[in-house]
Amino acid sequence: MAAKRPTPESFLQEARQEEERGARGKLKIFLGAAPGVGKTYAMLDAARLLRSEGLDVVVGVAETHGRRETEALLEGLEALPRKIVDYRGIKLREFDIDAALARHPALMLVDELAHTNAPGCRHAKRWQDAIELLDRGIDVYATLNIQHLDSLNDVVAQITGVTIRETIPDSVLERADVELIDLPPEELLARLKQGKVYFPEQAARAVENYFKPSNLAALRELSLRATAEGVGAVVEDYRRRQAPRATWPTSDRLMVCVGPGPYSAKLVRSTKRMAVRLKAEWTAVFVESERGPLSPAARTSAIDNLRLAERLGAETLVISARDVVEGALDLARQRNVTQIVVGKHIRPRLIELLRGSIVDEIIRKSGDIDVYVITSEAEEVRVATPRRPRTHGRDYAFAALVVAVCTAACFAIFPYLARTNLVMVYLLGTLVVAMRGHRGPALFASLAGVLCFDYFFVPPRFSFGVSDTQYIITFLIMAAVAVTISRLAVRLQNRIEASRLNEMRTAAMHALSRRLAATRGTEAILAAAVEHVAQVFEAGIVALAPDATGALEPKAWSGPRRELDAKERSVAQWVYDLGQSAGLGTQTLPVVDALYAPLVGAEGSVGVLRVEPRERERLLIPDQMLLLESFAHQIALALEVDRLQESARQSHMRAETERLRSSLLSAVSHDLRTPLAAILGSADSLLRRQGPSLDEGGRELLRNIQEESQRLSKLVQNLIETTRLESGAVRLTKEPHSLEEVLGASLEHVGHVLAGHEVTTDVPADLPLVPLDAILMEQVFVNLLDNAARHTPAGTPIDLSARIAADVLRVEVADRGPGLAPEDLERVFEKFYRAKSATAGAGLGLAIGKAVVEAHGGRIWAENRAGGGAVFVFTLPLR
Amino acid sequence: MTAREKGFGREPTILIVEYELPIIHFLRASLVERGYRLIEATSGRAALELAASRKPELVLLDLGLPDMEGLEVLSRLRQWSSAPVIVLSARGQEAEKIAGLDAGADDYLAKPFGVEELLARIRAALRRLEGRVGESEPVYRRGELKVDLAARRVWLGKKEVRLSPMQHSFLAVLARHSGRIVLQGQLLKELWGPEGGGSPESLRLLVHEIRHRIERDPVRPRYLKTEPGVGYRLESPD
Repeated sequence: MAAKRPTPESFLQEARQEEERGARGKLKIFLGAAPGVGKTYAMLDAARLLRSEGLDVVVGVAETHGRRETEALLEGLEALPRKIVDYRGIKLREFDIDAALARHPALMLVDELAHTNAPGCRHAKRWQDAIELLDRGIDVYATLNIQHLDSLNDVVAQITGVTIRETIPDSVLERADVELIDLPPEELLARLKQGKVYFPEQAARAVENYFKPSNLAALRELSLRATAEGVGAVVEDYRRRQAPRATWPTSDRLMVCVGPGPYSAKLVRSTKRMAVRLKAEWTAVFVESERGPLSPAARTSAIDNLRLAERLGAETLVISARDVVEGALDLARQRNVTQIVVGKHIRPRLIELLRGSIVDEIIRKSGDIDVYVITSEAEEVRVATPRRPRTHGRDYAFAALVVAVCTAACFAIFPYLARTNLVMVYLLGTLVVAMRGHRGPALFASLAGVLCFDYFFVPPRFSFGVSDTQYIITFLIMAAVAVTISRLAVRLQNRIEASRLNEMRTAAMHALSRRLAATRGTEAILAAAVEHVAQVFEAGIVALAPDATGALEPKAWSGPRRELDAKERSVAQWVYDLGQSAGLGTQTLPVVDALYAPLVGAEGSVGVLRVEPRERERLLIPDQMLLLESFAHQIALALEVDRLQESARQSHMRAETERLRSSLLSAVSHDLRTPLAAILGSADSLLRRQGPSLDEGGRELLRNIQEESQRLSKLVQNLIETTRLESGAVRLTKEPHSLEEVLGASLEHVGHVLAGHEVTTDVPADLPLVPLDAILMEQVFVNLLDNAARHTPAGTPIDLSARIAADVLRVEVADRGPGLAPEDLERVFEKFYRAKSATAGAGLGLAIGKAVVEAHGGRIWAENRAGGGAVFVFTLPLR
Repeated sequence: MTAREKGFGREPTILIVEYELPIIHFLRASLVERGYRLIEATSGRAALELAASRKPELVLLDLGLPDMEGLEVLSRLRQWSSAPVIVLSARGQEAEKIAGLDAGADDYLAKPFGVEELLARIRAALRRLEGRVGESEPVYRRGELKVDLAARRVWLGKKEVRLSPMQHSFLAVLARHSGRIVLQGQLLKELWGPEGGGSPESLRLLVHEIRHRIERDPVRPRYLKTEPGVGYRLESPD
């Protein structure tokens, strides 16, 4: 078994590819009325055409059934090897979904969409494989015969007398472009005679019936109509978008009442067809009577029918009402239903007389809602999968014991009481047995009671014979009363059990939502959720959520910490990626031990629950699955809300910090600059004052003031710049600039500092424009030039040069100063680092230069220059 | 060279709008010595009143005022006065500079600034004012550069420089506003039209080409200067 499961690597790779491709694939279905019309041929033909146009086409499955002309079409097309699945000694060749996803062509051909996969494949049905291909962004060409369509299944069975078990949901056809492969019945029959049509084995015996011209004509009409409805939907959709809304009639709304059994399934299909024709929305409802609830098995069957309706596109509801008819009609009025569809059960007249006909009652009370009654054949509402609560031998033993006790008690009181009173003792015993909720033992107790009474107490005693015939009446009444008591008691017990379960679930749901509402943080929410789910479902739970890198990690466990192996993780990842359940009880990887349920919120998956029940069967009950779904949804919503709150809080905090920082920045910048500007300006204006107001010593002091305040001003500027860069308040706006121009602006800016140095520039005239942020890059030059001027003796040259080297621009600022100590080469770019040899400067300028260059995607470093001095080099990418 | 020597009938009056007294003090010290008459305002309201009553030849406007936005003062002033305005702003606030120039300022000066720089800007602004009175000169001259706007010809020393029509137009726009910054957006509009296909990139290429023709050292231009992130300036004529 293990070898058939997909490897984690393939799962993960698919997930990656899914992310890369993103978009969903398109589905095209080649629809045929019957086998042999040439669907596969048409599909391959179309695929060859696309292949010749250069599209990446791969054949996933193509059933040629040995037809030579079809096989010829396969030549030159890449075919995916089939997966060999060993099923009870038979080697089945199945479509290999893993290989298909690994290959990931643009278009994949999938023949016979309705095919049922061998057990052990990922999906139960081939159409599910196709859906996964689409979800992962692969276009699919597929073929389908009309008889496999879910909603037409029963009609086809009526026409041909052959019930097709392999069906696909209508929704698959609805999302596809449909191309009808049409062949008139006469031609198909001709092909049949030539042996060109292949039948699956199970249908072989029905061939003669199936291929009657009348059947073929009917099937052909069905296919034509299905295709036309598809086209109609497209046209209508187009018109709806083009035309104003008001020109469209207010739509009908249909409602179908669903119960257990295959007859209801037929009702659902009929309603779907009506809804399609009326272009109406439709609702399927299962009304549970509060008075007499159905057995769990019947309930399961009813819910299965609801699921069918859901697959066919209905809104589905389960309601519970004291009066079934009132409940259904109330709902119908609430939802503005215009037509109700009900089934007419053909039941014995006696029962009809006793209970009244539900259909009659609906018609009588429906008011202005139209009622459609659909007749079934005399088919009894039989429960498809009897799954009663298990009655054990223990329960019969208990019943026997109770009867024995009753008999003993009767012996004790027999001398004092009239014989008929002993009946009461037995009835009491029957009641006691029935209260345990099992029908068999209760019936057994009733009958055993009658027999014991007869044998032990009715004369002649100690024989089953009866001397007085009036006791026959006693026996009959006693039996009738006992049976009735036992039935009523059992039903009551079941009701109590059901409402207890319901209450427990509601309570669990409430408790969960209360707890989740009070919990903050992903981990805490998951821990609380896991605890609850484990309690309610009696299962081992692991909750997984994506970590910072996006990989799923187990975050909470019920019971001891449990790590997942690679395979389990890959299943969880698959579930997370697609937002679909997998594992136990689903149609995807149903053979593993646990159910993997996605936590899907409003904005997609937020995590995965792994549920490993102690008793497998308990989880498989549809009710339980539904409950788990609503739990998962609630948990996902809680996680989402928490995440939103968290991000709102963080962004609020960020905004607040940002506001504070920028107001501080502008205050500091203003408060420091203004006095500096005043000092600098005053010194400047004193120095330039005409006339002999100052001697040389005074002028020297003034120059001191001037220079030092300039330095201070520069430092303030750099401090502010550093803060702005670090706070992320500076946005890099890269545009193509002439380096010459930026350099020119910088030289102009630091002119006064550079006085006393000879600055040479070597910039080739044909240097291309370089993408950079001119204002920030000017800062880099200013800081590098400033640095060079400060750390080198007056009179030494500063050489600027720029070159294109490979795909970067390389700029050098070289001086003839003392150079740098080896340990300083790295560290000069650190904030507030002062080189050993340096006498001034609080090393902010170079740190800013480094930050800006690196933000541009470049590199900056310092070297010692051959012949003495330091070189500061930086590179900028040209693209 | 004092203001009177430059040919004004009387000393030009300068309105200083500045909240910080130390700045006012040193401006006063520098400017009065050079022969300008000063009037001072420490708020936007007072500035507008003084501007209306005293009709200064030039306004020095600090954008950081206690009672109203500096830009607001500028735009109100511009509703009825065409006196040149020089905006004083902090460095690194290119957006503020552009907004100021867009709102009608003639020039800006980043704090802290040197006195010499301030005086040069004031002289340039006043000269434009003077020029405006006596109709603008058809020829721009500075150093070796001579641009004949009417004949669309350019000389560098004795040598005529050949320029493409686009390069000519560019130089003509700058020469007409010589000494002032012309915003990048304005240049794009004037050269390529309001809907035109000009981009900052094409503008930069154009500047690059012109510099290589009219400047001896294009890295250290003497005539055509760049104000990074703001625009371009052709230095005032001699």
